[in-house]
Amino acid sequence: MIRVVLPYHLRTLARVEGEVQLEVEGSATLRSVLDTLEAQYPVLRGTIRDHVTLRRRAFVRLYACKEDLSHEPPETKLPEQVLCGAEPLFIVGAMAGG
Amino acid sequence: MNGVRVSIGTKKGAFILTADGKRERWEISGPHFAGWEIYHVKGSPTHPDRLYASQTSGWFGQVIQRSEDGGKTWGAVGNEFKYDGVPGTHKWYDGTQHPWEFKRVWHLEPSLADPDTVYAGAEDAALFKTVDGGLTWEELPGLRTAKGPLWQPGAGGMCLHTIIIHPQRPERIFVAISAAGAFRTDDGAQTWKPVNRGLKSPFELPDPDAEVGHCVHRIAMHPSRPDVLFMQKHWDVLRTDNAGESWHEVSGDLPSDFGFPIDVHAHEPETIFVVPIKSDSEHFPPDGKLRVYRSRTGGNEWEALTKGLPQRDCYVNVLRDAMAVDSLDPCGVYFGTTGGQVYVSADSGDTWNPIVRDLPAVLSVEVQTLS
Repeated sequence: MIRVVLPYHLRTLARVEGEVQLEVEGSATLRSVLDTLEAQYPVLRGTIRDHVTLRRRAFVRLYACKEDLSHEPPETKLPEQVLCGAEPLFIVGAMAGG
Repeated sequence: MNGVRVSIGTKKGAFILTADGKRERWEISGPHFAGWEIYHVKGSPTHPDRLYASQTSGWFGQVIQRSEDGGKTWGAVGNEFKYDGVPGTHKWYDGTQHPWEFKRVWHLEPSLADPDTVYAGAEDAALFKTVDGGLTWEELPGLRTAKGPLWQPGAGGMCLHTIIIHPQRPERIFVAISAAGAFRTDDGAQTWKPVNRGLKSPFELPDPDAEVGHCVHRIAMHPSRPDVLFMQKHWDVLRTDNAGESWHEVSGDLPSDFGFPIDVHAHEPETIFVVPIKSDSEHFPPDGKLRVYRSRTGGNEWEALTKGLPQRDCYVNVLRDAMAVDSLDPCGVYFGTTGGQVYVSADSGDTWNPIVRDLPAVLSVEVQTLS
């Protein structure tokens, strides 16, 4: 079971509260987790990754275990602590300070 | 009894304002989609409780929402806006060519006949269409062949912001694109041509009479006279009497002919409304006085409408999609400001009252006349 924490606006859009829990087949990677998330919540398609290129949107960040995974390749395997459910994967709207 | 529903898009959500035909006492619901930019909300002419909304975010992209109950509840529909084929490039700020990139939907124009058919005007400029109530969207790429590689974004982005469907001939559509101009199709969007003859942009373009490149801010049509259109350009107010084949200026005695919205009275096709703005450098009303100007002669002769509007220290803007008219009698006129005020006139502009004063910056205003 992979735990995912969505940013407020995407929780609202997906109509979920708290964390999302995903059953990911095989070895969970950034791509497979996002694939599963979008399959379970189709309304999130296009909001985290581009529909066509599947590249992360510029102002979305992916964090886990105090590490920034945003720039890692999509096939990157998630940390063990995320795979075992001890830690969540955070999907975050990037800071836009002012 | 008749009533009205006013749909407001703002920088931080959508609001639905409703009133009976007197348009004096208002109920306000919202914010819907709180925190998101709502560029436009518009209802189907044939199914008035079917509303479509363009919800966008710099972080999370584009979402299209649909309501079946007049905006009480909403559900997301399709949000994949994929350009047809390889869209190529357009001119970039530095003069180089730049690939077309979808950013957001500025305007949604439901079909006059079918509630499931809607046109969407996008940035980077393109026209999309759905025929299944917004579940899927397809680009109508013929528009880009109307000198698309020469289009260049202005400061506000290269947006397709105006879509006008001919009331009797749905295969004729007018669109307007910021910093590109006005365009017309007569064959259901297969082929398009620029319709900018008569526009002059001496301060913006090296060739002031160029075929494309003019910064058209808004065009408006009265459905009883679909060959007559009115235009608020970056500078200049213009009209055409031949469906865009040629335009002539009707700015007349306006205090400034810069502005964004323009609209036509519901029952008087020669009565038009604009909101003069001081200049392209100073986006606020001249002299700090918020004045709607009305021409009852199709332009050239204008009168200031001030009663109920702030006449000192007012420095808001009124954006291109933020004015609308209802079809009650007398005609109601509505506009929203970047300061979050939405004003209504229930007497064709003679007097004004604020419906709300403190919304987020208003991006769009639409009104439906309900029976």
